[in-house]
Amino acid sequence: MTARMEKRFADVAAEGRPVLVTYFMGGDPDFDTSLAIMKALPKAGADVIELGMPFSDPMADGPSIQLAGQRSLKGGQTLAKTLELARRFRGEDQHTPIVLMGYYNPIYIYGVDRFLTDALEAGIDGLIVVDLPPEMDDELCIPALKRDINFIRLATPTTDDRRLPKVLENTSGFVYYVSMTGITGSALPDPSLIAGAVQRIKSHTELPVCVGFGVKTAEHARAIGASADGVVVGTAIVNQIASSLTEDGRATDATVPGVEALVKGLSAGVRAARLAAAE
Amino acid sequence: MNEAPKLNSFRAGPDEEGRFGIFGGRFVAETLMPLILDLQDEWNKAKSDPAFKADLDKLGAHYIGRPSPLYFAERLTAELGGAKIYFKREELNHTGSHKINNCIGQILLAKRMGKTRIIAETGAGQHGVASATVAARFGLPCVVYMGATDVERQAPNVFRMKLLGAEVKPVTAGHGTLKDAMNEALRDWVTNVDSTYYLIGTAAGPHPYPEMVRDFQSVIGQEAKEQILAAEGRLPDLVIAAVGGGSNAIGIFHPFLDDEGVKIVGVEAGGKGLEGDEHCASITAGSPGVLHGNRTYLLQDGDGQIKEGHSISAGLDYPGIGPEHAWLNDVGRVEYVPIMDHEALEAFQVLTKLEGIIPALEPSHALAEVIKRAPKMGKDEIILMNLSGRGDKDIFTVGKILGMGQ
Repeated sequence: MTARMEKRFADVAAEGRPVLVTYFMGGDPDFDTSLAIMKALPKAGADVIELGMPFSDPMADGPSIQLAGQRSLKGGQTLAKTLELARRFRGEDQHTPIVLMGYYNPIYIYGVDRFLTDALEAGIDGLIVVDLPPEMDDELCIPALKRDINFIRLATPTTDDRRLPKVLENTSGFVYYVSMTGITGSALPDPSLIAGAVQRIKSHTELPVCVGFGVKTAEHARAIGASADGVVVGTAIVNQIASSLTEDGRATDATVPGVEALVKGLSAGVRAARLAAAE
Repeated sequence: MNEAPKLNSFRAGPDEEGRFGIFGGRFVAETLMPLILDLQDEWNKAKSDPAFKADLDKLGAHYIGRPSPLYFAERLTAELGGAKIYFKREELNHTGSHKINNCIGQILLAKRMGKTRIIAETGAGQHGVASATVAARFGLPCVVYMGATDVERQAPNVFRMKLLGAEVKPVTAGHGTLKDAMNEALRDWVTNVDSTYYLIGTAAGPHPYPEMVRDFQSVIGQEAKEQILAAEGRLPDLVIAAVGGGSNAIGIFHPFLDDEGVKIVGVEAGGKGLEGDEHCASITAGSPGVLHGNRTYLLQDGDGQIKEGHSISAGLDYPGIGPEHAWLNDVGRVEYVPIMDHEALEAFQVLTKLEGIIPALEPSHALAEVIKRAPKMGKDEIILMNLSGRGDKDIFTVGKILGMGQ
């Protein structure tokens, strides 16, 4: 685990609350706005940043994140520019962990070694690559772990006890529990089911377990945060950005403040999570 | 279902991880992995189960109409003045193309796995129709994802699917073609993984699909081999098929891969030419990448974003190709060449007028390559072409281009 990631999870745990992980798509709707959003996230209460790498064919994403990726690519975003976003962010924030999230092909085409070198240099702490299951670990997971970059794996409701050890074997940083079978942006299932699933995973690993897919409001964040080590919010932020844009997809004065307001609310939700659980 | 491959064979792949050289693999979301592993287990069991083979053979004979004929195209041969041209008449199968061979096999697997819902992607609609057909035959609900552009240009097949009781969901993302339909089918599968069987139509996707689809389609090449030996007493000099994802091509190629004297050519969609982006020649003009569960040749930009491509034929309008074709290209066993839209269109008309057979636009690409090569070959030489589908679905598209008014 990178020192930055480890320290952040430990510090937040010491506060007695879950970690707030916020996802947004790099370059949505343009590079500069995206950088302003990224800088605003920790100030609004985000503990970990998931930085989306756009891909033309996001097979596991719902309409919101598909559209965000299209806006970003249309705005000229590339993997090199997404790394540049992180590098610029690191210029003023050395403490917030950054996890890159996306699909394998752009990394494969960039070149795995070159990518890992540039990612380290840009201050990246972890990777989530949706289409690289444990069976494909030689592609990127093992090389990343050798370079001390976390490889964060998704566990899902279909990841049964037979499969879980395989999924956890080379996972580091945290485990991302996808709270449903489905694409990003679907409805949130019953929090009590999620609590059971989180306990099941925690019985197999020492790593923190963060829960995502379907978390949209401060109330969701509070409910999920009662049992999980962290809460991941993605589609809600992406939708907030989308709703602030002009008809032809350009940023407005409301874009960055809108994200700030949403994340402040979510942050209040996670801060209330354990208080509520203790009551 | 295939005869045992020889040592140093071109027919031994894939390995345990589903790789053909660097190609293939299982590049899918974790949600799908347990299901893909279950499918692999079930497929391994089915392969060696005599009851499964008996079901397949019975449905092949009485439902599909196998074996499909091998036809000597006498007038086309005379017209071209070179090699003898034989067609493997897959267009005479039930539903009008080779796609049904695979669908029957996979729906038997879906039933074995206790799945209660079928989804499929389709380009030209041939696979969608074949999927809807077997779903009707086995009493399972079926949803077919089809790009909005293709829904328009392949209207007769959309109508057929609906009559067969399938729900056709148009996909508007991207150019609204096969790639976009496949993305949407994968999203459905991830969401409904417990109940749903994804009936992939081509020899691509995550392992074990490329191997499984190839094995179901290899019946084409196995029959053709016996038929040509019966007709000519020897193997053909050249085997040709059109390649989109590549299921009809791998089906006819695979049984011939270890026959040294047999040259094998796959024909890609050259669209409007290879200079721009208006083509689907993944091998001729693409590079290796990862999409839809496998590593293979793809049309992509320098950032690894997938391009849309173009072909007059909806069935070839896909920016990738099955991983075994990618490997066969790299090891040099199969030669892949492009044929342009207009060449396919000419070939379509030649066959219609000379032999009274209306071919689909997909095999019209293979035919255009036959028309180029046959005159340069000796009269004692033999070409075997896979006539993989009939052209009823394309008559309106072609009529429009040729300006044949109402």
